[in-house]
Amino acid sequence: MQPRGRKQVAAGIGGIAALAVAVSLSACSSPSSPSGGNSPTAAPLTGTLNGSGSTFQTTFQQAAISQFKQIQPGMTVNYGGGGSGKGRSDLASGVVNYAGSDSPIPTTEASNFAGKTILYFPVVIGPITMSYNLPNVSNLKLDPTVIANIFQGTITTWNNPAITALNPGVSLPSTPITTVVRADSSGTTANFSLFLQTAEPSVWKLGSSSTISWPHSARAAQGNSGIAQVIKSTQGAIGYVDYADAKASGLTFASVKNSSGNFIAPSPASASASAAGVTVNPDLTFHAVWGSGAQAYPITYQSWILVNAKQPNANDAKMLQAYIGYLLGDGQKLLNQLGYATLPASIDQMAKAQLSKITG
Amino acid sequence: MAGSARALTQRRPLGDRVFQALALVAGLLVLAILVLIAVATTQQSTSWFSHEGITGIFSTTWDPAHNKFGALSFIYGSVVTALIAVVLAVPVSVAVALLLTEVVPYRWARPIVYVIDLLAVVPSVVWGLWGILVFAPWVAPHVYSPVASALKGIPVLGNLFGPSSGGLVSGASFFTAGLILAFMITPIVTSLSREVIATVPDIDREGAYALGATRWEMIRGVVFPHSQGGIVGAVLLGLGRAMGETIAAALVIGSSPVITSHLFSTGYNMPAVIANQFGESSGVFRAALLGLGVLLFVLTIIVNLIARGIVARSMARQRGA
Repeated sequence: MQPRGRKQVAAGIGGIAALAVAVSLSACSSPSSPSGGNSPTAAPLTGTLNGSGSTFQTTFQQAAISQFKQIQPGMTVNYGGGGSGKGRSDLASGVVNYAGSDSPIPTTEASNFAGKTILYFPVVIGPITMSYNLPNVSNLKLDPTVIANIFQGTITTWNNPAITALNPGVSLPSTPITTVVRADSSGTTANFSLFLQTAEPSVWKLGSSSTISWPHSARAAQGNSGIAQVIKSTQGAIGYVDYADAKASGLTFASVKNSSGNFIAPSPASASASAAGVTVNPDLTFHAVWGSGAQAYPITYQSWILVNAKQPNANDAKMLQAYIGYLLGDGQKLLNQLGYATLPASIDQMAKAQLSKITG
Repeated sequence: MAGSARALTQRRPLGDRVFQALALVAGLLVLAILVLIAVATTQQSTSWFSHEGITGIFSTTWDPAHNKFGALSFIYGSVVTALIAVVLAVPVSVAVALLLTEVVPYRWARPIVYVIDLLAVVPSVVWGLWGILVFAPWVAPHVYSPVASALKGIPVLGNLFGPSSGGLVSGASFFTAGLILAFMITPIVTSLSREVIATVPDIDREGAYALGATRWEMIRGVVFPHSQGGIVGAVLLGLGRAMGETIAAALVIGSSPVITSHLFSTGYNMPAVIANQFGESSGVFRAALLGLGVLLFVLTIIVNLIARGIVARSMARQRGA
């Protein structure tokens, strides 16, 4: 008697919570009209898709999964995060149906995918901010050379002539610079270092990788939110934080000089502009860093969904087409409010055209 | 029900034989899992061993961007943090064990034991988060900085506790990691020491008192000699735990691979680097991380074997006594 009563109450609360979530989601964006339009398979599908990988995608995936549930109530999509490397190895060993990755498959992993055709679907673009903590300095300007020297430990104070030259009229303090970097390996680190390597190959000596051998003076923190927290609590700190976390933590971030010589602040629009100017390979891999275009924000990165072109059965293929089709279609409308940038229309079209290559 | 009825009608040793077989399978399973882990991780890490060679593995350069994977600074960090943990935890643990067995009456000792055992239940990630969010930011300005400036320039102490980069500002350092590990191994060392000390026969204690010994003389003359081996075993088990502890260390050690005598400097150890860098690793990088796991495994097995040996020897001595 008693346990049953409690269970009913719990179920009631759960129902109310679910309702509240549904209401709030449809309130903040209303793409839930059944005219999904772009999805090639309007027929109801049932089954489960599992994905893992890029933590950069996690927020987007979670929001997209709960919205997608309204279009395909019979489908369950799970996204586990865990890092791009984990996603790729999970996909290689068949643990997941799709992987999220911030980088193309590196040559060292190619043997894991021997005999398989992997399709790349770019789904999301995002700026990496140069967030800093300097009271009374609100619109700092930096260029790739200065950023490289700061993170290599060769520029150590804020009033270094190289920084003041970029910021005429701004009084910069003699505070020592504390660089804040990722302790955990990360696609953000990989793309930030790729930016420095691409923009300043002669200055940047630390290479490009998910883990960099930083100078000993750098402070390491876990995750984007960990870096954001250290920057917030340390005067004179500067670190690379993805745009969504920098916004959420209320950090101040610098404008960065792009390849056209303009200082551009990070924003969804300037990130899309950077991606619009890149050369896309036939397999849809590209690097959005250091894109051309007058309004392009240069430290912009991208993330893909990786799937096997050949699926074990037709239903899996249809489910992947439906879900990825949603991410490339209405899902893109979720991006800006989550702190990401939308794909440029040209890349989005190429990705949609590739959906038919997933076969069962 | 039917099974037990049938068992009664058959020869009795059947139950014994079934039990024996089950126990044997369980025992072999543990061994098999251990061997499989060792074989699989070693296999996965062979490309690291062939890529670096012995000198490469025991070098200090860990630079994945340039395919350099030297493990020495992580081995050093593991040894240093585990030693700090043991040096700090053991006196406290033994003192608490003596308090519980020799000083406090039994009915008051029980609640204290419960509280100490509760410490062992705190998840390591909670220790780590408490360490990095609460403990480290407090201890850096209030303890590390004053100590560092006071001991600056003094030969040995200055080298250990003098000013260094990193830890003095953020509090994340070898010493903080060692301290958090000390908190984590105190319950297990206390608990094992208490069990060992409790095996000291009362008649030996009473004999010492009868000869006019004070309580401290009794402890020194009877309890310590009798339980020495067991306590050393407890300490080595604690050391093994401290070396293998991952996430708490990863959060508070500062994640900077260096070899330095300065304990307030940021550092790195083997479990922490595996936890931090595994997610995005591939190729030789991943092999190197798995190889670190193998090295850690070997180190922990050696420590545990020594611990078992010492405990077994002390048991034998107690039976003889």
